[in-house]
Amino acid sequence: MKLDRRKFLNMLLGFGGIGGIVSVFYPIFSFLIPPKTPEPTVNSVKAGMSKDFPSNSSKIIKFGRKPVILIKTEDNQYKAFSATCTHLDCIVQYKTDTKQIWCACHNGTYDLSGRNVSGPPPRPLDVYDVKIIKEEIVITNVG
Amino acid sequence: MMKKIGSKLVSWIDERFDLTPIRKLLKYKKVPDHKHSMWYYMGGITLFLFLVQLLTGILLLLYYRPGEDSAYESVRFIVTKVKFGWLIRNVHSWSSNLLIFFAFVHMFSVFFTRAYKKPREMTWITGFILLVLSLGFGFSGYLLPWNELAFFATKVGTDIVGVLPIIGEDLKVILRGGEDVTGATLSRFFGIHVAILPAIFTVFLFFHLLFIQRQGMHEPEHFKKLPEDKKKYIPFFPDFALKDALFWLIVFNILIFLALFDPWELGLKADPFVPAPAGIKPEWYFMFMFQTLKYLPAHIFIFEGELVGILFFGICGFIWLLIPFIKMKKQNLSDKIMPIVGIIVVAYIIIMTIVGYLSS
Repeated sequence: MKLDRRKFLNMLLGFGGIGGIVSVFYPIFSFLIPPKTPEPTVNSVKAGMSKDFPSNSSKIIKFGRKPVILIKTEDNQYKAFSATCTHLDCIVQYKTDTKQIWCACHNGTYDLSGRNVSGPPPRPLDVYDVKIIKEEIVITNVG
Repeated sequence: MMKKIGSKLVSWIDERFDLTPIRKLLKYKKVPDHKHSMWYYMGGITLFLFLVQLLTGILLLLYYRPGEDSAYESVRFIVTKVKFGWLIRNVHSWSSNLLIFFAFVHMFSVFFTRAYKKPREMTWITGFILLVLSLGFGFSGYLLPWNELAFFATKVGTDIVGVLPIIGEDLKVILRGGEDVTGATLSRFFGIHVAILPAIFTVFLFFHLLFIQRQGMHEPEHFKKLPEDKKKYIPFFPDFALKDALFWLIVFNILIFLALFDPWELGLKADPFVPAPAGIKPEWYFMFMFQTLKYLPAHIFIFEGELVGILFFGICGFIWLLIPFIKMKKQNLSDKIMPIVGIIVVAYIIIMTIVGYLSS
């Protein structure tokens, strides 16, 4: 195939044009992606004194930037799970009447082992470890 | 005196810019007059409400401060301290809802009168894009007061984007300005709401109105079949324009009534460490999709339920956009099937919306 001057210049112009477009849009697209900010690694948090925490109740604890739901069951067992619903990211709550973890957004429920039992949640909640050290509740990351 | 100044001003402009096309439009443009003429006013009222949004939005901008620590406080300041701030905010909120309502009515009236057919395909496409952009306005504006309901609605709405294959996660991070819904999300939504969407909307609105002016009002089939002497028309100016203005005035009164007697609640400030409140629901125009997601099981075959849901609505929306180009072998068949499709779509939206409100 013979490449005459006009074709060659058109090709050059075409590549230049594509390069120009990429050089405009690449920085714009990169600008849209937020830079990753360093997150302090949190392995455990204190969640208050056990005597101040009534049975059959719950509270949301800040675990670094993540919400964790701490539950004291009727038989005084402590359970902690990620409070973020595995369906669409809402924050779950403990229902004292049904003894289940419930997400108000799409009516998803989990049992007290964190297993998704009804509604749309596709996965169980992440489990955290709870220890009582000198009457203080300590939640730790499992694994 | 005023008339003299007015005509002098017009002739001054005329000498320089030749106003013949505008004069012709006002003099010769006519609107068909038939039993379905009322639907011609639905587009105009949507435009009117958009203008209300523009004006009240600019006013709110004077006091609104985006940011995790300032957004909620600034809206509270607007509604409690600024003179008539409560009115401007209520009108903005109510008008957005009425705008989307009339945009839906306008779209379905165009659908059922088959006004999208050749040569008006592009009017349909630009119109549908304007509706989607209006929903984008609604979604982005909902977060701006940074209250509890808006916070969770945004969490759910942006998380849905994340289920899209391949690009979903990146798109979610871009929308949220990070992994979670935070102040960064608020800044982005503010930018989208007051700069990006208005810019895109204006372009599509310009073309939508241009196409309508170029092609004139659609005449439905039963009107086209009438003999020429039986076809009734009214002049666009002043007859149709005055009727339009009257309808704008009626809707404006309804809008003010709603703003006065059913003020928009501000609710509690968003807190990322508080459970989603019971009875949480999105704006009514997203309710049918929200309700559908509620019914989907966690998994459908190997796919996650919400992925199937979002793909279903995405594909349906795309087909709806391309409706003017869907051709059937027999015209009669198309004329019979299309209204049934429309009724099914309207019924689905209405029933799911009602069920959504009843179940919450």
